[in-house]
Amino acid sequence: MLTQDKTTQLAPETARQTMSGAEMTLRALLAEGVDTVFGYPGGAIIPIYDALYDFERQLNHVLVRHEQGGIHAAQGYARASGKVGVVFATSGPGATNLVTGLADAQIDSTPLVCITGQVFAHLLGTDAFQETDIINITTPVTKWNFQVTEASQLPEALAKAFYLARSGRPGPVLIDITKNAQLQQFDFPEYQPCNHIRSYRPAPIVRPEYVEAAATLINQAKRPFVLWGQGVTLGQAEEEFRAFIEKSGIPAAWTILGAGVLPTSHPLNVGMLGMHGNYGPNVLTNECDVLIAIGMRFDDRVTGRLDKYAKQAQVIHLDIDPTEIDKNVATTVPVWGDCKETLPMLTALIEAKTHPEWRRRFEQYRAEEVAAVIQDELFPTSDELTMGEVIQQLNELTRGEAIVVTDVGQHQMVACRYARFNHARSNITSGGLGTMGFALPAAIGAKFGRPDRPVVAIIGDGGIQMTIQELGTIMQTGVEVKIIILNNQFLGMVRQWQELFHERRYSFVNIASPDYVTVASGYSIAGRRVAERHELQSSLREMLQHPGSFLLEVMVTRENNIFPMVPQGCSVSEIRLR
Amino acid sequence: MSEHPIDRQEYNITAYTENQIGLLNRIAIIFSRRKLNVESLNTSPSEIEGIHRFNIVIHETEDVVRKIAKQIEKQVEVLKVYYNTNQEVIWQEMALYKVPTDVIAEKASVERLLREHGARVVVIRKDYTVFETTGHREETDMLIKVLQPYGLIEFVRSARIAIIKHSDGFNRKLREFERTEPGSEVVENEFLNNRDEVFSM
Repeated sequence: MLTQDKTTQLAPETARQTMSGAEMTLRALLAEGVDTVFGYPGGAIIPIYDALYDFERQLNHVLVRHEQGGIHAAQGYARASGKVGVVFATSGPGATNLVTGLADAQIDSTPLVCITGQVFAHLLGTDAFQETDIINITTPVTKWNFQVTEASQLPEALAKAFYLARSGRPGPVLIDITKNAQLQQFDFPEYQPCNHIRSYRPAPIVRPEYVEAAATLINQAKRPFVLWGQGVTLGQAEEEFRAFIEKSGIPAAWTILGAGVLPTSHPLNVGMLGMHGNYGPNVLTNECDVLIAIGMRFDDRVTGRLDKYAKQAQVIHLDIDPTEIDKNVATTVPVWGDCKETLPMLTALIEAKTHPEWRRRFEQYRAEEVAAVIQDELFPTSDELTMGEVIQQLNELTRGEAIVVTDVGQHQMVACRYARFNHARSNITSGGLGTMGFALPAAIGAKFGRPDRPVVAIIGDGGIQMTIQELGTIMQTGVEVKIIILNNQFLGMVRQWQELFHERRYSFVNIASPDYVTVASGYSIAGRRVAERHELQSSLREMLQHPGSFLLEVMVTRENNIFPMVPQGCSVSEIRLR
Repeated sequence: MSEHPIDRQEYNITAYTENQIGLLNRIAIIFSRRKLNVESLNTSPSEIEGIHRFNIVIHETEDVVRKIAKQIEKQVEVLKVYYNTNQEVIWQEMALYKVPTDVIAEKASVERLLREHGARVVVIRKDYTVFETTGHREETDMLIKVLQPYGLIEFVRSARIAIIKHSDGFNRKLREFERTEPGSEVVENEFLNNRDEVFSM
């Protein structure tokens, strides 16, 4: 890591009782176990940055190039490590630049604590320089937010922020601190972490009678089907989930945020759900007799038409968030609670089974999908490279051990469909919000969160241009991120829709690109451009073996479509193979 | 949708909450993001010091109201949410009517008006008189109709307040809850009145 060379490093003075709000903020972060902060300084947060000057050894601050990059990096850090991501931004435009990341984190349940500077308390509401009402702007996209106008409010506010961000269904929290509160000296007793808020229940009380009812349904089922989502990962219940699946013998499919909980190679892992998911899981959703949803929220990209979704099935829904039960799909047996707690209870009550006939149905659909789609995508015979074969070659080299961070679009669907995952927290993508520009900063954050694992960012030619400035963050920090740009010279997903549903009226989707290798070179990042099949594996190998970040641009087929596809307004049974 | 719009009716949402700045906005957003119109909203301290109470009236299907109630209850600073039909609550709205004193004194039988509509006089001045009545919507509406011919100058109606018929159990729980876990004081910005005394850049 490149850091400023400073001659003085102050040790924290544990005995000191009087300090500024800014210093107290940093001590609270340390007490909460924070080791990395992503941020961008500005006038209203200078006191915190001034205090940070003395904490450089304890807190690794990553200077990003844009606050949106900062919050996406914090998201990547949180998603890869399981810890709370922290981001600093100044008031006004600095704070508003966080909004997209907050919305993304809110919908994907990512634990974040965002600390924004704010103008002096006496200036609030006066349209002061760089003043925005960030509390009201971010209310719809935060789990909780709070404005601190006096230093004495800080300890409780920060403790609550961390507790709320990481507990229950995680989410983003924003603490807005006026400049006077940062500067104010106050008597600071020992930091007390928060573990209880009287009006907040992180997880509902588990009701055993519902677990029993769910077990009865499962034991009677002839064609049970499990859908799992990120809730399993957030509940740190990977082992409990695996035990449940292996005892029950039930085929299981995943939402894109759930990828990796069961390894790709696991015999009961039957693939991906949803609009561009696998053929069998979509079709058989409408043929199962018991549908068991675990830590997933029946997003519209998973369900397609709700009035034709799993109507024949008895639905069991395990979720920590009561608002998700019956939100989109009517539940026969709701199992409220943290799946870390409910899954073992369920496993204890179910009978060991294997469901061989039912599982064969998935295999038959799989064979059909391989013949119609997968074979050509992963092992094409045409001259042009496909996105799928890039992922396939990457799998061979990383063997499912890499953290794959994707942007949004066709490449995202290809990567989620074909990347091999051995572990949870390996597929980091913007699922709910679909934020283009997410991948590059999120990959930077993911590497800081898991420096022991290789991190590969897979990005389209549209998304890379949305946050390309974060190459500067890579340059300055020396963080090692492998960047693959799958360049089809189009905004591919929109183009696909225009082709299929708008008579090929390609309205403003032919996006031009700079010479990415030259751009990377300008940031002292090594790179290479590939357009020929015979160069693909060697260039991927070069990328992975290179000591440091590397940008690999791969020119792929221009007008390739992602199939299978559940067209908008269709049911999962109406999934198209071509 | 499982319910036809014909199933829409008035529902009274009662939310017990912390008294915190910004919570009103957080609750209002739950309605506005779904493009749902709030018919009436009242917020006030509840019977228990430290706990606030929202009364929200919405005209919708039960399915939508149930989901809305859950979303409100999900907010960090909300303790409990109920939703009830009009038949399950005792509810009232208050209304004030301002009419010219000379017209009302000359043309109307004031006493009869007051008796028939359960109204009372709040203030009598030379130029105007203010009546007040409480009741259901149709009752307060009726008095508007009655007073229009007498030159009604101004009319205002309060938000609905409602008491749930069967709420003993929750009240006991709430009192015990407040006793064992007292709430915290609301913190306001004390600096807005000291602007001239502070230097800032």
